[in-house]
Amino acid sequence: MANFLSTIQFSDPYFSVLLLLAIALVMSVGFVFLSQALGPKRYDRVKYSVYECGVDPFTPASVRVSVKFYLVALLFILFDLEAAFLYPWAVLYRELGLFGLVEMGIFILILLAGLIYAWKKGALEWQ
Amino acid sequence: MAPIAIDAQALLQSTYSILPEILVVATALFVLFVDLILPEENKRVLCGVSIIGVALSLFAVFSMGPARISGFSGAVVHDGLGAFFEIVILSACALTLLMATGYSEWEGTHKGEFYSLLLLSTSGMMFMAKGTDLMTVFLGLETLSIPIYVLVGFHRNRMSSIEGALKYFLLGAFASGFLLYGIALIYAVSGTTKIPQLAAMLLDASLAGNPMFLAGAGLLLVGLAFKVSLVPFHMWTPDAYEGAPTLVTAFMSAAVKAAAFAALIRFLLLALPGMQPAMGKILWILAVLTMTVGNLSALRQDNVKRMLAYSSIAHAGYILVGMVSGDVLGGQASLFYLLVYAFMNIGAFGVVMLIAQKEDEGYDIGNFAGIGFRYPVLGALLTLFLVSLGGIPPTAGFIGKFYLFSAAVKNGYIGLAVIGVLNSAVSIYYYLRLVVYMYMMPAGAEAPAPRPPRVAFSLALCASAAVVLVLGILPRSVLEFAERSVLSLLM
Repeated sequence: MANFLSTIQFSDPYFSVLLLLAIALVMSVGFVFLSQALGPKRYDRVKYSVYECGVDPFTPASVRVSVKFYLVALLFILFDLEAAFLYPWAVLYRELGLFGLVEMGIFILILLAGLIYAWKKGALEWQ
Repeated sequence: MAPIAIDAQALLQSTYSILPEILVVATALFVLFVDLILPEENKRVLCGVSIIGVALSLFAVFSMGPARISGFSGAVVHDGLGAFFEIVILSACALTLLMATGYSEWEGTHKGEFYSLLLLSTSGMMFMAKGTDLMTVFLGLETLSIPIYVLVGFHRNRMSSIEGALKYFLLGAFASGFLLYGIALIYAVSGTTKIPQLAAMLLDASLAGNPMFLAGAGLLLVGLAFKVSLVPFHMWTPDAYEGAPTLVTAFMSAAVKAAAFAALIRFLLLALPGMQPAMGKILWILAVLTMTVGNLSALRQDNVKRMLAYSSIAHAGYILVGMVSGDVLGGQASLFYLLVYAFMNIGAFGVVMLIAQKEDEGYDIGNFAGIGFRYPVLGALLTLFLVSLGGIPPTAGFIGKFYLFSAAVKNGYIGLAVIGVLNSAVSIYYYLRLVVYMYMMPAGAEAPAPRPPRVAFSLALCASAAVVLVLGILPRSVLEFAERSVLSLLM
């Protein structure tokens, strides 16, 4: 054992990653088993009901969601990512100067084209 | 902080280095918008516009020549290898678009999105072929994959189409994850994602034995092997190929394979010398497995589309034979075979889709009975493409296989060449079985007539047939082009 320990290089930059991995594994698996072993087990009607902030559920949880929501969600992701790309540009705005302005202009124009396309195709209408 | 100096010269050169891609993307966006304002009956214009865009892009590739133009701080490079694969990919795209004139109307896929998705996917493939940075390769792979997932499921009302698309999407997402994780591991040990720098570090031997690097390279190989459907990463292929609209199947089998092999060749030819013999052994096993499983599974298929899907797996195995040694001779043979394969496979799918008429049940081998004498031109064309796929002279398929296997023998992989030739012999059984059905079986009572092809469709078939025949007799110039392309990579 002592021999094995001496082969580990604690100075290795990846040692901390390995350590984190080991701790994360032990903790996550450990808590699953601990709660299983130590937790009190009282099964009644309330325990088995669907959790909805303590209120009795109104409708079954497995309802079909209209496809319209997916469309909105997809558009949201698209334009949300666009905003994420704007931040680094805003931080370096002065340094990038005109080049950055033109480059971001092209980027936003292409995304604008996407918005117009979605609009024309009726993706923004809730019907 | 001082303003960041923008080198106008470098910017112009970078833009010039991706000129063919810019043309394709611009055409895709243009088609998307014209589609919005075009009335339903004029959608054929979109196909014409797309073909013009692809032709312009091809012209740009030819006029740029094989000169090496590096762009965006070494993220992309236009060199001989990139140009060769751009020509293969753009030709496949052009053939698909020519066939789309008729097919889309029969199948009700005549929508503007079809063309723009096809073009966007093509641009992703071209970036993949040109990427000298692993990140460019990954971005190209995603740009090519996402439109292809949509195109596979383009027949929204056919269960098999949706099933194929979903399977392809789920497994494809996993494969992308593998690839990205591989790149991350490689970056973690080497501190770079640029392929030429990696190759140089590998030759220093400091990197070659590193377990984390080996794991990264392995994951990278898995990600790309999925896209070219090497066994054992081929499970999605038959279902996706069978479910997709036949036109999309033809495009996928030729162009996606070419793009993924382009990235694989760029990585392997540069990195392999530092990673032999371990990597060579892995490729040897993959090639043998892919050829054998693909051919043996194709033997049992009664659905022609599924048979061609398994045959495309087998062909990926043949192409991999050229890469096992990682030298110029093998690389050249692989490149030549990829070009020939694109034309003969799209040609075969083209004739089959005229005869089958209906998706799914139309592709039963019984429907092909008696076609040979009733429709001599179609029968002759399909026979030519099948004979070429089987590797019988005087077709280009024979020349391609001859160079692949002779390269293997010259590099001392005699066992591999023997297994390849045996596989080739097995494959002739199922290709000729279809020919036997066409010429020696009586037609059924209510055998429907094939669809009359449009002019553009006939043009695509004739062009494919001409390439298969001409390269079968005079392959020298293209072989030399392939050799120069591989050499341009090693310089």
